[in-house]
Amino acid sequence: MKAKHQRLILVIVALAALIGAGLLAASALKDEAAYFYAPNDVRTKGVEPGKAIRLGGMVVKGSIKRASDGVTIHFDVTDGKATVPASFKGITPDLFREGSGVVAEGAFDKSGIFQATNLLAKHDERYMPRELQGMKYDEKTHKMKADR
Amino acid sequence: MIAEAGLAALWLAASLALLQLALATLGLAGGKSDLLGAVRPVAVAQGVLTAVAFALLITLFMRSDMSVLLVVTNSHSLKPWLYKFAGTWGNHEGSMLLWVTVMGVAGAAVALFERALSRATHMATLGGQAAISLGFYAFLLFASNPFARLDPPAVDGQGLNPLLQDPGLAFHPPTLYLGYVGLSVAFSFAVGALLTRQVDAAFARAMRPWVLGAWILLTLGITAGSYWAYYELGWGGWWFWDPVENASLMPWLAATALLHSVTVLATRDSLRAWTVMLAVVAFSMSMVGTFLVRSGILTSVHAFAVDPERGTFILALLGIYIGGALALFGWRVGAVREGAPFELVSRETMLVVNNLLLSVILGLVLVGTLYPLLTEAFGHKVSVGAPYFDRIAGPIALALMIVMIIGPLTRWRRDRIREIGRRMAIPLGVGGVIFILLAATAWGRIGILPFLGLVIALAVAVGSVAPLWKRNLRRTPLFTWGMVIAHLGCAVSLGGMACDSAFTVEKLVAARPGDRVETAGWTLRFNRIMPIAGDNWTALQADIEASRGAEEPALLHPQSRFFASPPTTTTESALLTRWNGQLYVVLGQEADNGRWQLRIWWKPFVTLIWFGGFLIALGGAMALIGRERRGWLLKWRARNAMGAIA
Amino acid sequence: MRSWLIWLPLALFLAFFGLFASGLLHPDDRIIPSKLVGKPLPAFALPAAASDRPPLASTQLATGGPRLLNIFASWCVPCAAEAPQLMVLKQAGIEIDGIAIRDARPDVDAFLKRYGNPYARIGLDARSEVQIAMGSSGVPESFIIDSKGRIAYQHVGDIRVEDVPMILDRLRNAQ
Repeated sequence: MKAKHQRLILVIVALAALIGAGLLAASALKDEAAYFYAPNDVRTKGVEPGKAIRLGGMVVKGSIKRASDGVTIHFDVTDGKATVPASFKGITPDLFREGSGVVAEGAFDKSGIFQATNLLAKHDERYMPRELQGMKYDEKTHKMKADR
Repeated sequence: MIAEAGLAALWLAASLALLQLALATLGLAGGKSDLLGAVRPVAVAQGVLTAVAFALLITLFMRSDMSVLLVVTNSHSLKPWLYKFAGTWGNHEGSMLLWVTVMGVAGAAVALFERALSRATHMATLGGQAAISLGFYAFLLFASNPFARLDPPAVDGQGLNPLLQDPGLAFHPPTLYLGYVGLSVAFSFAVGALLTRQVDAAFARAMRPWVLGAWILLTLGITAGSYWAYYELGWGGWWFWDPVENASLMPWLAATALLHSVTVLATRDSLRAWTVMLAVVAFSMSMVGTFLVRSGILTSVHAFAVDPERGTFILALLGIYIGGALALFGWRVGAVREGAPFELVSRETMLVVNNLLLSVILGLVLVGTLYPLLTEAFGHKVSVGAPYFDRIAGPIALALMIVMIIGPLTRWRRDRIREIGRRMAIPLGVGGVIFILLAATAWGRIGILPFLGLVIALAVAVGSVAPLWKRNLRRTPLFTWGMVIAHLGCAVSLGGMACDSAFTVEKLVAARPGDRVETAGWTLRFNRIMPIAGDNWTALQADIEASRGAEEPALLHPQSRFFASPPTTTTESALLTRWNGQLYVVLGQEADNGRWQLRIWWKPFVTLIWFGGFLIALGGAMALIGRERRGWLLKWRARNAMGAIA
Repeated sequence: MRSWLIWLPLALFLAFFGLFASGLLHPDDRIIPSKLVGKPLPAFALPAAASDRPPLASTQLATGGPRLLNIFASWCVPCAAEAPQLMVLKQAGIEIDGIAIRDARPDVDAFLKRYGNPYARIGLDARSEVQIAMGSSGVPESFIIDSKGRIAYQHVGDIRVEDVPMILDRLRNAQ
């Protein structure tokens, strides 16, 4: 009888823990999962300030401006339909250039500027077709050479 | 000829696995447990053949045999021998062969050395191991043949990828693989015990060394992987909650839970069904992890060849083995007798709580890892990153750490809360004092999680050695020492994590050569920047002199490296290790008019994270040796006693 | 109660299994679906990017059968890997037009000489304006344009050998 009671208590505690965990996961996912937005989605749907999202698009040519501290940059992200101002403090990835694609992680501040905490350049250095491994790329002449 | 011999060895091993499965099935169905005598040599032969096949593949790589496709695509005659050697498993086919080899050798070991199990369960276990192996043989032979020839042979190989030429990377994946596959043995044990309905203490004692061994390797693999990501990525973090990292964390969580529940089963004969369940889950997580990594269905920063076809194959294996084992569980577990009862206030209960918390973390990590896949099925693109995982795993892990203090100080079977409270007095007191001290000095300046982390880490550090209190230290068994060291390792690691997130000082500057940068008590003098050339790369290297107080200044050389083939840029961070922390410097791009971006972190006690991980593995090794030695000693004494009687 | 609890793990696993299977069935999921699919091409008129090929304007793409519009650059490594597949498509009778991004004529000429020239017309998009307007975020990318000048499909990244049948299939369906 007593052993049965105790087993019951354990089962109830376990179930309570599982349900609690499920609720925790649901609420955490609701708050923390970062949705992917293009600038036009931002314009049409709106994103509340402070909500973590991923912003993807192209860095507008001529828009990168470096602040006087040398480590903060301001740039515009566009998808051809809308343009969003963004800012990032840190070391930019090598493939982050004007006119190239970027996915920025971060959130909008109150003034509508996207404060990026992390930049992922698209088609980055990890993107390498298997067929080309072992070939050389000449930065100056922009030519490919077989490495054999 | 070597490649053909390797392929032949593989086919032969696969047919032996089939024979092994058939014999075991026959023996079990007909109730003829003497067939074990036939199953065992087959298992041993299968293990030897896989080892031969793997050795032959190594030979092909060491000889740079360019008529073998795998060697051509993954090696190069000019590679240093170490990387030729490591190149054997640094690719999909080779790593699957390693997987099969470890399974075969482990099966042979179970056949040769297992004595505690009943003949029927032993035979069923070997049958289970053969069944799993068969699936992977099929995968290897039909979908990823490592011995495929290239006709005509290539002049030289293509695999001179400099990023993969890193000693850490050469030995990190196989360590994890050994851990994953070690769990397959636990899985086979569970399946075997379910088939014969003999889930008891003897079964747990037979399974325990395999669980411990796999768990040690997983711990080492994860620790090494974390350090690799820390210094190689140059982002200053040590865990990124990347799908590939989670894929290794999930089997570890399951194995940790299993390790504790198998101890309950071995010592007290309780938690029978649960332990079997965990053994199934642990290896399932290994396979799910491999599947996630190999199929490329989740985006990750770690590059792997994306191949949906192979993904489908692994998914099919996953379905057969996990689905089959879980169905067997549902069908058979009702027949497993209930284990020994225990009181609510007992070490058993504490271990149940441990298992529950670990399972909850495992479940939440799994959900977070797969959530992007789920939303994608409904057309939303979502990424789940560190904020989610930190928020859910942090508090639960802290609760787990508190249970870690209480558990070892609680008696088996029955205890009194007042007694436990008395034994807990010192760790709780230490925790309280630290809490007050920290609250007085740093309240509001550090986050709540790091704050609690520091308090709990110190309490656990004291609590973990409390089981040694008033004991004769020389006569304390080695496995008790193992537990103490492993728990202490958890405290050390947690302390490192908490210090890192609470006290790290980060500075991001644009500096000209000649400038001085002051941060966290360090003075960094940026002397100059110069181009340097390595074997297959060129780099811009900063020359930085770091000094602190009266210490001798040290030189730091962070680099920005460019590799020509394939064209890649990597940041090589510079680390300066002191007893109380690490200085971490990354060189960025040229900002403007001669200024260079520098990112500097002072990370107090960050090295404790990996030192703790090492301690955890060391504790595991001590427990493993302690248990096994005890077994040998008992056997030896029994034999001597027999001899004396005769 | 105990009896259904026992089957819970299997049920959970089957749910996950279904999820994995659905993830595998959509291997292209990582490509951000273009908002422009089904829409007409944005209007543009680009100067010639190569010395032996005519320039390219959006009006030319709206006539005739379905065709492939390939966005590439001579400085782009994956574009070189893609070149043989484009040649295969050309030999299959597909009309391919190209847009060279942030490029210069001598570089494009050299690139085409080295890797083959599958293009009927090549426009030079020196400032990525057309590329941005088309919702493309990198090179290489390929668009299938149907006979009415609408975008039928966007292929992000290089066309691999295994993609060729799929591309041919989509071209056939884009009448």
